[in-house]
Amino acid sequence: MSELRICDVSLRDGSHVIRHQFTADQVRTIAGALDAAGVHMVEVSHGDGLGGSSIQYGPSLVNELELIKTARSVLTRAKLAVLLLPGIGTRDDLKAARDLGADVVRVATHCTEADISAQHIGYARELGMQVAGFLMMAHMNPPAALAAQARLMESYGAHAVYVTDSAGALTVDAARDRVRALRDALKCDVGFHAHNNLSLAVANTLVAIEEGATWIDSATRGFGAGAGNTATEVLAAVLDRMGKNPGLDVFKLMDIAEELVPPVMQKPTMIDRASLTLGYCGVYSSFLRHAERAAERFGVDAREILTEVGRRKAVGGQEDMIIEVAYELSQRRAGRANT
Amino acid sequence: MGSESGRARCAILGSGNIGSDLMVKLMRSAALEVVAMAGIDRASEGLARARQAGLRVFENGIDGLLSMRPLPQIVFDATSARSHLEHAPRLRDAGIVAIDLTPAAVGDYVVPAVNLEERRGASNVNLVTCGGQATIPIVAAVSRVAQVEYAEIVATIASASAGPATRQNIDEFTETTARGLERLGGARRGKAIIVLNPADPPIMMRDTIYVRFAPGASQEEITASIRRMVREIQQYVPGYRLRAEPLFEEDQVTVMIEVEGAGDFLPRYSGNLDIMTAAAVRVGEETARNLARAAATGGTR
Repeated sequence: MSELRICDVSLRDGSHVIRHQFTADQVRTIAGALDAAGVHMVEVSHGDGLGGSSIQYGPSLVNELELIKTARSVLTRAKLAVLLLPGIGTRDDLKAARDLGADVVRVATHCTEADISAQHIGYARELGMQVAGFLMMAHMNPPAALAAQARLMESYGAHAVYVTDSAGALTVDAARDRVRALRDALKCDVGFHAHNNLSLAVANTLVAIEEGATWIDSATRGFGAGAGNTATEVLAAVLDRMGKNPGLDVFKLMDIAEELVPPVMQKPTMIDRASLTLGYCGVYSSFLRHAERAAERFGVDAREILTEVGRRKAVGGQEDMIIEVAYELSQRRAGRANT
Repeated sequence: MGSESGRARCAILGSGNIGSDLMVKLMRSAALEVVAMAGIDRASEGLARARQAGLRVFENGIDGLLSMRPLPQIVFDATSARSHLEHAPRLRDAGIVAIDLTPAAVGDYVVPAVNLEERRGASNVNLVTCGGQATIPIVAAVSRVAQVEYAEIVATIASASAGPATRQNIDEFTETTARGLERLGGARRGKAIIVLNPADPPIMMRDTIYVRFAPGASQEEITASIRRMVREIQQYVPGYRLRAEPLFEEDQVTVMIEVEGAGDFLPRYSGNLDIMTAAAVRVGEETARNLARAAATGGTR
């Protein structure tokens, strides 16, 4: 089993929070500080991964390749990671990121669709990259079935496979059972990625570590979609108290969380009624901002949208369903008003 | 050289789900007579069904088809991109029109509601992708009344309806569809995204089309053009429909559509596959008419 390694995802998952408006200066400052604080990997991409800049997910202010290049220029110890969702990003996008110095790619699919990642995992290996498979919305697949999907990703060449709790919907036992199932089924490493929608991100992460997960995602000040990810500085403090600190500088991470991230975040990620609804109804965390915007556009409640989207079993990437549901809810309301 | 029935003789290469659905549709066609199916898997259920339906059946793929006398005039290729690359020159040399349902893109793209007439005399045409068949017409509908700066489509398909070829080559889907949005849709730049949804019962194929157009275009004209296009597509894909009114936001329109399959051989939720086989038959029928015209005037194609 490998050593514990922390991947800070704020410069990728945080992209959702600010609707993909990162500037090169912000990336330079935060990536440089994370590197100095001992984080093992820094992920930089559009929130929906390479090629995610779109009307569907929101256009990037600055081309992600520019941001990747900027991060590369300041990272000395930490590896540079990118995210890729097959169906959105392509091998050409991955090659471009690799050419700019990306070391690691996380190839993400819905938790039942691992077989669409074969092409990209294989290609990443050809490019000499470290590869993690990312099984998103892991709460939607029971442990044994999830492990079977993880085995597929391992067979394509993944060095690690993540239990990715995109909806922040896993309870502690649900997280434990899934990590354990993957740990039992795989020879490669296991990873864990949490969202704090049910206030369980740190707890679930600790359980995942206990069960043998070694690739751990977190975001400084929880700078990620929904109610945010596992907060890097909090996790560092807890691991340090447990005597398991994998080389993180707790005070430096606190400083990043307190001084560097808030000015970029626009509004803090928190557990409020909308983000709690994500975890409660099992909805993809990055739907939050889209639902808030659609709620405003169509004059409906964001929670109503998210609940309905959850009921229709939307998966990651189906942001267009938010518009459709908001439109339908507004039509229904207009219909009621007319009768 | 028509058959005794006066219809054009056609054959199907590939005995999988697509080939089987195509067979059911072709047997209903007034312009096409389906005479054979060729596969390479002796145990294929598709071949067994074809045999039962009275077609000639070949277990040695294209070699079998090319040994037929008289030769078919039209061959629908429902195998794989790699196989079609091999089939294309052999069909061409035999003087057979190829209608290619794979992403090989040897021939020009054709989407019946958009450019069927232009491609009438071609010896090899390619049907882009299922997402392309469903979305390119909408972009073309906007293009005929406004300059389209950018078109982006999101195709959401039931997991149960995405076969191994799609899954192993998902980049081909996004890249080919994006090119089709530009070449046939008339967009300056195109982008395509595909999402697989495993919900059970399976969802219908749904597509969202975002089109950004040059300022000054009339929303009424765009909406009317889209509605007209939807009716044209419904001529050959009855289950094609708008899920909402076209939604405008500044110089952008969002169009949400759904494709319910005809349920011929494939289940109704497989609108993504049905729109391919329906388009293929439409192109085949137009080709048949063209062959008949050429024969009547004594000219060549």
